[in-house]
Amino acid sequence: MLKQTPLNAAHRALNARMVDFGGWDMPVQYSGIIDEHNMVRTAVGLFDVSHMGEIEVRGPEALSLVNYVTTNNAAKLALGQVHYSGLLYETGCFVDDILVHKVADDHYFLCVNASNQDKDFEHIAAHNRWNCTVENAGEQYAQIAVQGPKALETLQKLTGTALAGIKYYWFADGEVSGQPARIARTGYTGEDGFEIYVAPGQAEARWNELMEAGREFGIKPAGLGARNTLRMEAGMALYGHEIDASLTPLEAGLNWIVKLDKGEFVGKPVLEKQKAEGLTRKLIGFEMRGRGIGRDGYEVRVAGEPAGWVTSGGPAPTLNKNLGMCYLPAGQAQPGLAIEVMVRNQPVEAVTVPIPFYKRAK
Amino acid sequence: MTYPENLRYTKEHEWVAVDGDTGTVGITFHAQKELGDIVYVDLPKAGSAVEAGKTFGSVESVKAVSDIYSPVTGEVVEVNSLLADSPEKLNEDPHGDAWLVKIKLSNPGELGGLMNAGDYTAYLGE
Repeated sequence: MLKQTPLNAAHRALNARMVDFGGWDMPVQYSGIIDEHNMVRTAVGLFDVSHMGEIEVRGPEALSLVNYVTTNNAAKLALGQVHYSGLLYETGCFVDDILVHKVADDHYFLCVNASNQDKDFEHIAAHNRWNCTVENAGEQYAQIAVQGPKALETLQKLTGTALAGIKYYWFADGEVSGQPARIARTGYTGEDGFEIYVAPGQAEARWNELMEAGREFGIKPAGLGARNTLRMEAGMALYGHEIDASLTPLEAGLNWIVKLDKGEFVGKPVLEKQKAEGLTRKLIGFEMRGRGIGRDGYEVRVAGEPAGWVTSGGPAPTLNKNLGMCYLPAGQAQPGLAIEVMVRNQPVEAVTVPIPFYKRAK
Repeated sequence: MTYPENLRYTKEHEWVAVDGDTGTVGITFHAQKELGDIVYVDLPKAGSAVEAGKTFGSVESVKAVSDIYSPVTGEVVEVNSLLADSPEKLNEDPHGDAWLVKIKLSNPGELGGLMNAGDYTAYLGE
C-alpha cells in the first residue's frame, strides 16, 4: 500500500498523473512537465512536498548533537535561520542531504528526504550521546512549496506575516489563513519561493486557498517531473543521483556545506584525508552537443575510454538545451572538456560545463 | 479518444496504415499521452531493415525514454524529417503529420496479428 499525503484527493481532482515515488503515491505531472516548469520560472507554481520527512531535535545540548551528525556548522545559525547540510556515515558518504532550521537554542527542525526519513532518524538517534529528544515527526507536518517570482505575492494574500522580511534561507513561525504555519523562504527550484509546514489536517484548505490566491498570476500545480527539471537546471543535488551512500560531499562539489574547522563530526576524518590526498572523482556539468539526451546512469567516455557516469540528465526547458551532471576523474572534471555520453550504446558528443546551469536574476 | 478505423495497432502502442505494399508507422495517441512532453525522437535511416516486434528507435519525453517496436517487417523507405526539429508534433498529431517512418512490407501477412481500432480501444480499457 502506497503512502498518501493529505493532498492525495486534491491531486486526483486535478487529474494529476500519479506515480509510486519511493513508496509514496505522488503527482509526477498535471498539465505537463514543461508547462509546469515554465510557470515556476515565470510566475508561480505549487508543489505538494508533504512526503518530505521532518525530524525534531530538542534539548539543552541539541546543538551538540546536530553539529556532530551534520557537515555544516549549525553553531553559526541564528534563530530563524536555515541552512543546507549533509548527514554522513563514518565513511564520509551521504546518509542524506537535509535542511537544518534553528527554532530555538534547544530546538532544531530538520527537513529530510522522504525515503530516507527512517534511516536518518535511526542514524541521528544512534549518535545521541547528549540526551537530546530526537523525534521522527514526518506525520505531524504537511509541506507545500510555493515557488516562482510571484510566490511572495501569492502567499502574502493569506498571511499577516511580512514575507518580504524573511530573507532567503530564513523562516518565521507565523500563520497562514489564521492557522499556525512554519514559513521558510527555501526551495528546490532555483527560484524565489516559500516552503510552508502546516498540520496535515490543514493542508487541503491551504492548497486550495493558494491555488485561488495565485489565480491572477496563472498559478499551476507542479509535480515531481517539473521539480526534477527545475532543480537540475539550478544544479541542486538529488539523493540517489549526485549524492548517495558511496559519494562524499567533496566529490559532489558541496565543499561549502563542509566545515572541517568546526570540531568533530561523523565522517570528518575521511573528508580530511580526501582533502589532503586529493579527490579521485568529481561532479561536473555537461551539455549535449550531438543529437541525443544523456540520462541518469549512462556511461561517460573521455577519448573513447569509460571515465564516469551521468547522475542526472535530460532536457532543460528554460535553457532549451540537453544538460546533465556526471562524475569524472577529478583531473578531467573541468569545464570545456569534450566527452562522449553513451546513449543507448552510441557515443554522442557533449562538453563539460560548470554547475549550476541556471541562476535567477536577483 | 476515437482511434482511426484505417489503422492497425500493437500492444506496445504503435500503429501502421497500409497503402499498397507500404506501411506508415507511428505511435498512438495513448502512447504520446503516457509519455508526456516529447523532446526527442530517434529513428532508423532510410534503407534500414526492421523486423516486426523488434525495436527500431526510441521516443524520449522530458522524463523517460521509450522504445518503438516495429509493427511490421520490411525496409525503411522514408523517415519523417518533421520530427528531428519538432518532436513535440508527436504530442499534437500522433496519428497524422507526426508519423515516424514508412516501411516497404516484406510480409504483409503479419498485419493479421495486429489489433483493429475496436480491439485496441478495448485493450486500453477505454
